[in-house]
Amino acid sequence: MSAHTSNQALIDYTLHLADSSLIMAQRSSEWCGHGPVLEQDIAITNISLDLLGQARHFYQYAAGLINQSADHTLKPATEDSLAYLRDERAFKNLLLTELPKGDWAQTILKHFFFSVYQSLLYTRLQTVPDKDLAAIAAKSLKEVAYHVKWSSEWVIRLGDGTAESHQRMLTAIEELWPYTGEMFRAADYETGMVDPSTLHAGWLKEVQDVFAEATLPMSSESVYMHVGGKTGLHTENLGYMLAELQYLQRAYPGAEW
Amino acid sequence: MQIQVKKFYYGDIPDSGSGSAPSAKQVNPSEEWPLWEVFIRSKQGLDHKHAGSLHAADAEMAIENARDVYTRRQEGISIWVVESKYIHASKPEESGMLYDPAEDKIYRHPTFYDLPDAVKHM
Repeated sequence: MSAHTSNQALIDYTLHLADSSLIMAQRSSEWCGHGPVLEQDIAITNISLDLLGQARHFYQYAAGLINQSADHTLKPATEDSLAYLRDERAFKNLLLTELPKGDWAQTILKHFFFSVYQSLLYTRLQTVPDKDLAAIAAKSLKEVAYHVKWSSEWVIRLGDGTAESHQRMLTAIEELWPYTGEMFRAADYETGMVDPSTLHAGWLKEVQDVFAEATLPMSSESVYMHVGGKTGLHTENLGYMLAELQYLQRAYPGAEW
Repeated sequence: MQIQVKKFYYGDIPDSGSGSAPSAKQVNPSEEWPLWEVFIRSKQGLDHKHAGSLHAADAEMAIENARDVYTRRQEGISIWVVESKYIHASKPEESGMLYDPAEDKIYRHPTFYDLPDAVKHM
């Protein structure tokens, strides 16, 4: 692999991590002011901000890599240009993160699936040779550990709660499960980084343990899994979200508070 | 005649579409989450101080809510929560009997002694 392509792979990989965190943060932040109770409104807003912070670290690192490379189409890059000025097809976030927020059960389940995946991924990412990625992963892990705890408890509370909350969790599982496979299928740029397929067994085990306590059934492994987000092929939901996220910077370039 | 006025502000969405709590008249008080009092220790060596109260379904959630509501700006290193119903308070109407008698007993303050100069920090 030439230096150029490996550097491009590292940039793509970093953008993939950044995009997943950013889109997850943006989607969750839709609850701000609309949470089921005030305290949980604050909780999910805090979590959104944690994820936004992670995205910023990854974008800053990616911007540095882009600016160091001889000729890159995204040059000159900043964390803001990467978040606000790239088009839908350039985004490499997991499809799971861009799905509509749905009801509280869907939001909780999405956070649970994603946080368990992130905690396994970041634990491994801490040990990759790339010092910057390892450092960002190490710093983010404490936040992610809390997200796992928070979302697991909610999955159990809703799954093992009332007839209605149980039913809403079942609907959420049906809705989100087909988007979980993508997390563990490697894109080309993941070669040489953490191989996501090696995270699958650990993820299933953790989900299974929590589902058992929540009296929720595991879905079948053979369900059709949607993929494409990692390589820029998105659901129709992402475009609308980016339109809202990027409107201001597109309409008033360089606008600041 | 009862007129129901629905008012949405810009950017707001109706409760039906937001997943938030049902409007006041639908809430059954017996199904509401209990109230908890929160005590925060701001740093090692200091005591826990009452920070406020919040609603939560159980103690675990109360601690997490307290963490999110009261320590997001590094205000604490330890949290206590106790369900508000377990706090017993003195009655305001008994305050005369309870506290007023101490008013004219200033001799209970240790200010009637001549301290030797050698004693510092008193």
